[in-house]
Amino acid sequence: MRSDGVARFVSLGGILGLWIVAALVAADPLVLPAPWALVEPLRREIASGALPFHLSQTLLRVAWAFALAMALGIAIGLVMGTKPRIDRWFDPWLTVFLNLPALVLIVLCYLWIGLNETAAIMAVTLNKIPNVVIVIREGARALDPELSAMARVFRMSPIDRLRHVVLPQLAPYVAAAARGGVAVIWKVVLVVEFLGRSNGIGFKIHMHFQQFNVGMVLIYSLSFVAVMLAVEALLLRPWESRVRRWRAA
Amino acid sequence: MIRIHVRRKTFGATEILRDIRLSIAPGERIAILGPSGVGKSTLLRIVAGVDTRYEGEVERPADVAIVFQEPTLLRWRSVLDNLLLTHRGLSREAALSMLERVGLGAKAGLFPGQLSLGQQRRVALARAFAGRPELLVMDEPYASLDPATADEMLSLTEELLDLVRPTLLLVTHARSEAERLGQRILRLEGSPATLVDDAPPEGRAAEGLSPPSPPSRS
Repeated sequence: MRSDGVARFVSLGGILGLWIVAALVAADPLVLPAPWALVEPLRREIASGALPFHLSQTLLRVAWAFALAMALGIAIGLVMGTKPRIDRWFDPWLTVFLNLPALVLIVLCYLWIGLNETAAIMAVTLNKIPNVVIVIREGARALDPELSAMARVFRMSPIDRLRHVVLPQLAPYVAAAARGGVAVIWKVVLVVEFLGRSNGIGFKIHMHFQQFNVGMVLIYSLSFVAVMLAVEALLLRPWESRVRRWRAA
Repeated sequence: MIRIHVRRKTFGATEILRDIRLSIAPGERIAILGPSGVGKSTLLRIVAGVDTRYEGEVERPADVAIVFQEPTLLRWRSVLDNLLLTHRGLSREAALSMLERVGLGAKAGLFPGQLSLGQQRRVALARAFAGRPELLVMDEPYASLDPATADEMLSLTEELLDLVRPTLLLVTHARSEAERLGQRILRLEGSPATLVDDAPPEGRAAEGLSPPSPPSRS
């Protein structure tokens, strides 16, 4: 576990090293500033409250879209994985939605619903649902039929079956979908904000892009990367090891 | 009384079971012998209510318990939780007492993966008996156990059967197990399989066998 952490730390340090080398090679702070050149602007953005505000707005959208996409994706994936007839009918839908570019869904949601929060979250959610469905459907197909039979014979309630029989078997798939989901969702949220919101990291990146301010673009995007790494390290990984502790026992 | 009448059971175009009729008195212990693949487990699943795709009728009590070939435990829940989650009305004390009875009182807090296969099967037995079922169906529960462990498990099963007194339907391919646990032994044979009395003149079909009198409860 400790060597795991060291490896992650060294690996992230490697990215920082590459950045420093690239900045030295570019030798132009307007194109690629060195990491230390961003410290003062970062401090200013934090002190003014701008960075925390935009970060929280994006985080809120990510949280909503993540929760909705996971809940709906797990439900649909479970049904499709356990009911072959429904799977046959809706599999083509899945293919269509999987191949629909995120940009198209975002633009359509804004056009149909308006430039508002509902459209933004719906666009991100619709983008992510098919990926969650695919992963959970595989998990549902791998559910142990003997355990289902046991639960039926012992007349476990539907809630107990879901909670104690089905979801623990799906946990590795839910974890995989969640980890991949967070990574994809926040990137799509940025595009959504870039195109049609007046706050959030995506909005700030759009603003600084127009000013060709590479430093600020890096500050806002890397701040959010740091937050997402923290979410993974402090929430997703501990949850994953908790649901997998019986395997290690 | 448990009444089973399976007119037909098919898998695709293959007919597995045909015209299976059986009446079991409360508390009676029936063992069904038969070679592997003949349809014993299929019949058991129909009786237990797991398989509902068949032609026929089964009258069974509400409280049914099952012991599979494999322990079929919730590997992500403790041994104690495996009993409590499958029997919501069961108290913690009663569950622990049942685990004590199968010799696993000290292992209640462990995950099933931390137990040997023999111990996991004892948990499966404890789970089956913990709810004091009216009907217990057992699907080759001693398969793949070494002779000493199988003997130990059989003794434990006999002890629990005497204690709880459920109606028993056991399928096995081992005659010794059938003779030890069954008051009546039937054989499933043929293709599609039918039930026949184990020692009848000329393999008389089990249909029409007079229902035996319930076993003494003394």
